[in-house]
Amino acid sequence: MSMPFYVSPEQQMKDKADYARKGIARGRSVVVLQYADGILFVADNPSRALHKISEIYDRIAFAAVGKYNEFENLRLGGVRYADVNGYQYDRRDVTARGLANVYAQSLGTIFTETNKPYEVELVVAEVGEDSGTDQIYRLTFDGSVADEHGYVAMGGQAEAVAQSLKDRYQEGAPLADALRTAVRALEAQDSERRLAAESLEVAVLDRNREHRLFKRLPAARIEELLGAADA
Amino acid sequence: MASHDAHTARSAGLFASPGTSSFSEFLGAYAPDLLPGARPLPEGVTAGDEIPHGTTIVAVTFPGGVVMAGDRRATAGNMIAQRDVEKVFRADEFSAIAVAGTAGLGMELVRLFQVELEHYEKREGRTLSVEGKANRLASMVRGNLAMAMQGLAVVPLFAGYDEVRDQGRIFSYDPAGGRYEERDYHAIGSGSVFARGSVKKLFRADLSAEDAALVCVQGLYDAADDDSATGGPDLARGIFPVVAVVTADGYRRLGEDEVGAVARAVVEERYDAPGGPTAPLR
Repeated sequence: MSMPFYVSPEQQMKDKADYARKGIARGRSVVVLQYADGILFVADNPSRALHKISEIYDRIAFAAVGKYNEFENLRLGGVRYADVNGYQYDRRDVTARGLANVYAQSLGTIFTETNKPYEVELVVAEVGEDSGTDQIYRLTFDGSVADEHGYVAMGGQAEAVAQSLKDRYQEGAPLADALRTAVRALEAQDSERRLAAESLEVAVLDRNREHRLFKRLPAARIEELLGAADA
Repeated sequence: MASHDAHTARSAGLFASPGTSSFSEFLGAYAPDLLPGARPLPEGVTAGDEIPHGTTIVAVTFPGGVVMAGDRRATAGNMIAQRDVEKVFRADEFSAIAVAGTAGLGMELVRLFQVELEHYEKREGRTLSVEGKANRLASMVRGNLAMAMQGLAVVPLFAGYDEVRDQGRIFSYDPAGGRYEERDYHAIGSGSVFARGSVKKLFRADLSAEDAALVCVQGLYDAADDDSATGGPDLARGIFPVVAVVTADGYRRLGEDEVGAVARAVVEERYDAPGGPTAPLR
């Protein structure tokens, strides 16, 4: 009978974290940023069917990078969490903070208790009455939560994308300008990258809408906005 | 400790296997106490009149859509339990639902159905077909059968805009979950007999949305005329029927002023002709 090698807990956690980081770094990036009327989500994602950005509830949306089946499972669970709570209490009682906590618990448990951690990174965002009450939470594969303001970049070349956002981001920018900033940031993933409307997935949480504030922007609208920002 | 275990089990349930996109089915496994049909009932007892009942609902189709309207009265026996109750609701962007029967259960059914449709839409990334929605509602009504047998019956009326056929469609239900598609118009609730007779004489295939709303209000007036449980337009308090229109542009509830104008006109006409508009004899 062979004896298993002893691996220290520190080493185990480090190995898992490296594994998750590598997995996430292989994918393309997503950016989330506040603009004049709410929160804008932009993903470098040519698929029309496999979404990286989704509606969770009236004022809450979800963006993810990493392994599709893993973040899709989290998305479906998040929709269940939101709908059960909204049904049991009231629609106003479903909050991004509550959802972020559930995700943090779930990701933390998976990270420590299973051999293979989830290779995902998430943003849960809730649009408020004004930009001061908007909430953006970023969750990493080990269940850590960070409360973000202004903008978030995650995915493959997150550092380069975040740097571009840092240089260009302006508070309270109109939608067209915010979208242009986001697309430029995503193009910073590598020097050759040019993103057209067809290869972008774009959605907004627009506080001026009624009832369900989440809306996907079709390619034609994205093109029009990018044209307006360039003019 | 037990409650802590129950809580962790619940959290795990949220993320356990992708499973069903039906909210009520998920709730049945996850928190069955939240489903109306899953609650234990005392044996051999039948609920009496003291529980509020909602009454009359009318729906009328017109080219390109459907109008649904309900009176505002809830009764508990011979008492008026509420004079401004609302029984017509937005089910989703392209459909409306209304309930007659036990008011409390009806509201719960509506809320559950609204979440059911939205839940499916968010999970699947597409909306259900009109038939799909109508069938889901049928199985939810069926879940209430035991309660219906003990005097807590609730029956919905469902109306939706069918994008494929570009027309409004109406579905009615029986307490056992039977689902029936209705042609042109339908009415449910205690005053439905009178409302249906009235709407039958006023309906024509080329109604406009405004005229379909007028037909509904006339039908409700005739129901209130002969059924004590149906409330007529309350001019003194400014309480008028709830009227909703569903078309390709989505669900729209008419404003108080719009319905008020229609209802006032109907009441005005009835001063001269209490029986309302007459149909040609030949």
